[in-house]
Amino acid sequence: MAYDKFTVLKSTGVPLPIENVDTDQIIPARFLKATERKGFGDNLFRDWRYHPDNTPKKDFVLNNPIYGGKILVGGKNFGSGSSREHAAWAVYDYGFRCVVSSFFADIFRNNCLNIGVLPVQVSPEFLHKIFTAIEADPKTEIVVDLQEQSITLTATGEKENFDINDYKKQNMLNGFDDIDYLLNIKEDIRDFAKNAPL
Amino acid sequence: MKKTLFDKVWDSHVVHSIENGPDVLFIDRHMIHEVTSPVAFQGLKTRDIPVMYPEKTFATADHNTPTINQHLPVEDPLSANQLRALEENSNEHGISYWGLGHKKNGIVHVVGPEYGITQPGATIVCGDSHTSTHGAFGAIAFGIGTSEVEMVLATQCIMQQKAKSMRINVNGSLNRGVTPKDVALYIISKLTTSGATGYFVEYAGGVFRNMSMEGRMTVCNLSIEMGARGGMIAPDEKTFEYIKGREFTPVGEAWDKAMSYWSTLKSDEGAQFDHEVTFDAADIEPMITFGTNPGMGMAITKDIPMAKDVEGAVNTYKKSLEYMNFQEGDNMIGKPIDFVFLGSCTNGRIEDFRAFASIVKGRKKADNVTAWLVPGSHKVVSAIKEEGILEVLQEAGFALREPGCSACLAMNDDKVPAGKYAVSTSNRNFEGRQGPGARTLLASPLVAAAAAVTGKVTDPRELMELEMAH
Repeated sequence: MAYDKFTVLKSTGVPLPIENVDTDQIIPARFLKATERKGFGDNLFRDWRYHPDNTPKKDFVLNNPIYGGKILVGGKNFGSGSSREHAAWAVYDYGFRCVVSSFFADIFRNNCLNIGVLPVQVSPEFLHKIFTAIEADPKTEIVVDLQEQSITLTATGEKENFDINDYKKQNMLNGFDDIDYLLNIKEDIRDFAKNAPL
Repeated sequence: MKKTLFDKVWDSHVVHSIENGPDVLFIDRHMIHEVTSPVAFQGLKTRDIPVMYPEKTFATADHNTPTINQHLPVEDPLSANQLRALEENSNEHGISYWGLGHKKNGIVHVVGPEYGITQPGATIVCGDSHTSTHGAFGAIAFGIGTSEVEMVLATQCIMQQKAKSMRINVNGSLNRGVTPKDVALYIISKLTTSGATGYFVEYAGGVFRNMSMEGRMTVCNLSIEMGARGGMIAPDEKTFEYIKGREFTPVGEAWDKAMSYWSTLKSDEGAQFDHEVTFDAADIEPMITFGTNPGMGMAITKDIPMAKDVEGAVNTYKKSLEYMNFQEGDNMIGKPIDFVFLGSCTNGRIEDFRAFASIVKGRKKADNVTAWLVPGSHKVVSAIKEEGILEVLQEAGFALREPGCSACLAMNDDKVPAGKYAVSTSNRNFEGRQGPGARTLLASPLVAAAAAVTGKVTDPRELMELEMAH
């Protein structure tokens, strides 16, 4: 499904300075029972966000009104574990369009790219700078420019470039997806299948 | 150019390469289950396109299915709805569907190999990260997201960049009481939960050569727990022996043709890996985890590491121990436990039940322990009965449940209550993985069995030694 175009995102960031945030935390398995892609944002970080009686946990960042925005900033190895795309859907459905970390788990990164959430991998030093900047001022602005492949802290002008392959970059800039591409080469695939090794 | 096993299988499946972008990879076998497929089918409907090769996709229900009374209607309406969706989607598109109650039903990564769907040199994907299991046969197998499930249904291809290659060698012979699960937990504890991210792993060395196919599946299954896209082992006589004669295995001329491809499936002498690590089997002991990711494991006799000695963020480490209610420096032996879970795509095969039975034989389940013994498939159930394992288990006070993923991810009713400790043969000890607030200790079937009969964390070698003394 084609998705929103991603060009430049200017937003405050929500800090989650914990390492190895796994997809079971992002969305616990018991919330994977839907047959449609909707409503997953309500259960984003469910067990960190709510007590068992469904009252909000006051000390969790999503329940703290001073933090908000479209950029989620997580610790190293963000999104490890299960392949559930529901984790990326939950991040998107809650309102995030970009996740920043110093390291991403593979499948989560792919899933994000496939639904139009931009994973931005920065150096550990720059990640630390972002956390520090948000801690000092939760309203501090972060600018993610996909065309330029850069992330900037507006207040100080500190900037870092990030990697993304050209194909995915064009997809995100234009809101295309892989199926659009694959459907266009279906005849090549059919030819390949005739001589496939198995 | 000299090629790795991974290169050979990957390169032979590339339909098209995009410069500075991904490869279009042709997929030989696609497995689907009820949880990660419905939205993909919905995508097909929205675009109004068919499944391109329905005969290359196989559906089984496993993630949210009950493990008791499977002959009755599924009580949870949401689970029932998902199961119905899988059945309807499969029927509509002409996909083989092995649903609840079907004699071939079971955990997707257990039934795939059992019926010969899993083959050397194949590309295999499924919307489940433990698809890496099938790498045990020399296949490239890995988990994908639902968008990719839709791509495979629509075009039999996905678009991914080729991973880097890593070879993990384990040489020598395993100590007594050390199982494939311990080998995997040991490797993960050394490499950490993200140490192989970006890589596809080949396991090599005497330990894997001597390992059974079931054991190889356990090891490859856990590749994702160190972040690897997947793991694989070059096929050998043991592999060919295992797959021969299974329902979907080629026969006659097709077998000979396949064998001529399969016999090329090994890394060339001198092939370059992006990274290579080597371990000595003699250093591996029965393992147990103490934290909230699979990399937080250690030999069962060791003490929980001090925060100051651990790599990574101290706050993350402390949060983890706090969740488990353990202290740095604690010894695990003797810690009381409440639940034991034997099963999952990691350790739900016949060999795992044999190992469990070998410890509980002639003993009794501890009164404080609730034990869930969940075979990976109906075929495993049959073997348990035929080999007389069921009587051994029943005499020791254990009951057998029906196949499914069960307490591994606790999507069904098999949930460990908050604050309780479970020794589990599954694959993840994440917070809440086995139920909100549940505390998981990952271990081998032998360690699980020792805990089940003693009610606490116990070195299985002690019980094995007692047996020797009799």
